[in-house]
Amino acid sequence: MRTTHPTPPPAPGRRAFLAGGLAALGLGLAGCGPADTVLSGRRRLRQWNLFTGGDGARMVQMHDAYRREHPDIDFEPATFLWGNPFYTKFAMGAAGGRAFDIATLHVSRIRGMGAGTLIDPVPTDLLAEHGITRDTVLANVWDKCVVDGELYAIPLDTHLVVTYYNREVCERAGVLEPDGTLVTTSGEEEFLDVLAAVKEATGQYGIAMDTTQPWRQFWSLYRQLGGEMSFDGDLRLDDDKALRSLDFLRRVSEEGLAPQASDAPGTPANFQNGICGLMWAGNWEIATFADAGMDFGMRPFPDIYGAELGQGDSHCFVLPHRRVPDDAAVAAAVGYAAWMLKHSITWAGGGHTPAYLPVTRGDDYAALEPQSEYRHAAADVQFDPEAWFSGSAAPLQNEASAVLSGVHNGSVTPEAALERFKAAARKLIDTPEPV
Amino acid sequence: MSSPTATARAAGAPAAAPARRSGPSARAARPGRRRSSLAGLWFVLPFAALFAVFLVWPVLAGLWASFTDRSLASPGAEFVGLANWREMLGDSAVWQSLWTTLVFTAISTPPLVAIALAMALLTNRAAAGLGWFLRLSYFAPFLLPVAVVALIWEWMYQPGFGMVNGLLTAAGLAEVAWLTDENTVLAAIAVTTVWWTVGFNFLLYLAALQGIPAYVYEAAALDGAGAWQRFLRITLPLLRRTTGLIVLLQIVASLKLFDQAYIMTNGSGGPGYAARPAIGYIFEAGFTGLRIGYASAISYLLFAVIAVVSLVQFRLFSRKGETA
Repeated sequence: MRTTHPTPPPAPGRRAFLAGGLAALGLGLAGCGPADTVLSGRRRLRQWNLFTGGDGARMVQMHDAYRREHPDIDFEPATFLWGNPFYTKFAMGAAGGRAFDIATLHVSRIRGMGAGTLIDPVPTDLLAEHGITRDTVLANVWDKCVVDGELYAIPLDTHLVVTYYNREVCERAGVLEPDGTLVTTSGEEEFLDVLAAVKEATGQYGIAMDTTQPWRQFWSLYRQLGGEMSFDGDLRLDDDKALRSLDFLRRVSEEGLAPQASDAPGTPANFQNGICGLMWAGNWEIATFADAGMDFGMRPFPDIYGAELGQGDSHCFVLPHRRVPDDAAVAAAVGYAAWMLKHSITWAGGGHTPAYLPVTRGDDYAALEPQSEYRHAAADVQFDPEAWFSGSAAPLQNEASAVLSGVHNGSVTPEAALERFKAAARKLIDTPEPV
Repeated sequence: MSSPTATARAAGAPAAAPARRSGPSARAARPGRRRSSLAGLWFVLPFAALFAVFLVWPVLAGLWASFTDRSLASPGAEFVGLANWREMLGDSAVWQSLWTTLVFTAISTPPLVAIALAMALLTNRAAAGLGWFLRLSYFAPFLLPVAVVALIWEWMYQPGFGMVNGLLTAAGLAEVAWLTDENTVLAAIAVTTVWWTVGFNFLLYLAALQGIPAYVYEAAALDGAGAWQRFLRITLPLLRRTTGLIVLLQIVASLKLFDQAYIMTNGSGGPGYAARPAIGYIFEAGFTGLRIGYASAISYLLFAVIAVVSLVQFRLFSRKGETA
């Protein structure tokens, strides 16, 4: 090294260049969206949703149609992974107050996601201008969207746990009506007889259900018994009814009528493989079997304790809380939601029952098989009990799944499982509310 | 989601290197060399800035959050003193999940070290034509993303039609509900983890084995040492430092169990929470429950456990090194 130090390059110049470049890049990126909108005079509408797979494809299809009909709106949907990943982003985005103009949500999560703090009420007069009122939407679902007298969500659909049946297996088992639908049963014994006949036909099991998430089955049975559950200050539930529901689940597994262990991916596979002829599962599994070309039908959750009630929920649209009111953005968002409701016949392809009554009463929907077989169940969908920690993918369902699943495989008695569930629920009641 | 082993190494390695290099040069700075040491600072700056922004700052912010009631869903947070810490000490779910993590570490670390060594010994002696293929196949699972690994094993563990139970029934044994039985779910996840991550330890051992000169073995053979004695008296002692490193990295990686356990139990934590590790509970408290303050407190507890375990393990191995 002869020259001890090479002449330093004009460092400030290079740094300035780099810094300037970065700044320019930042400005460019930040300016992208809005500048575009401002220049073209189109209204920007950002929608967040949690639909992937079949539901996601149908939503994209609807959005394409929406864009074609609304050239004046710069529509930007964003899809996030279902469950926690979505809800985490929803909460943070809504808390920031600038992330999206409208988002999908489960109706059961409205309280937990901050109705009144993170979520703004829906202007019902604006909604009525589009023809969406309590009279044109499933009333039971509409009422769930109301918190303290204010409407906080626009319901798109209802989805619930239903009975799937493999027509070929059920025919061999002799449990089909002449018209090819599953026989209607009433009471524990009648249903168990059907399961026994189907088990005989498959040689393995009668029915499959997700044993790692027993909450859906449990809540359906418990509600059929008329059971109530509330968390106001202290946990209130009916021990006898809860035990009876759990004991029925235990009995079905113990008598070999259902697999003792069948997880989320395993359950539809068990049904598709013909290991069992029936399945209790959410109506959204429909596409899997339709794509596989299976000959199957669907019925509401059976009447075990007096009525065909099934646990379920509803997808809805909500408006985030805005720090700076923007009536035009709200109007665009409400207009979009109303359009989606009116075109929800496409959405019904995924098994969800549209909440907008003119759609489900139409001929197009009646022609949808097997969706129309269980459409009346939507009017009696059993929502989860109300608390900030209840609802789809919320802590209560997680706790219930972890403590109740032992009932299915016989590792825990219904009594012990119920005690554990009560302890878990009390702990949630004692947890400070985060919203 | 990267593998736990990969993140452990990525975080550890670059953190050590620049610190070591900047130290002596700063001390040796003389007036005449000031300019060059200043130039050195500029080279360190990008790393130092990232280190400060993405490690130091979050660590401090997390500590502060653990003393507040910060929620993901509301902007402000109030100072609540030690309330989160007190709640944590009385929360049985914290201790259960921490215990699950420790059990997982205890059952996954020995096979992850022993099997890696066995595989390295096997491929180290393999014929030249076949060696690359064996090394590749032993290492290949490590390249898979966690979601793929979890999916493969979820199907293999299925009762009724899964491969593992298929083999069991073919051998005349009863089926096991691997992922839905409280007693087997953690072991099943440990087996998956071993299959998935053993390749990295294998690679470290293989490199160390190839660094042992052949003449050492030759001399031992001339002295009449058999194959087993050569392994015990030469190979193992010469691999001691590598083993120490692998055990340390593996323990830290196993203590950070989360992604595969989360995916393979479909986010439920398994029956009776038998497979919900400490990070799983931190995730639930912070992201399902939205309570960032409380989740921060638990994550500091886990941090303390990892630090203590690493220190103890480090001391154990370094002392052995001195006596050898």
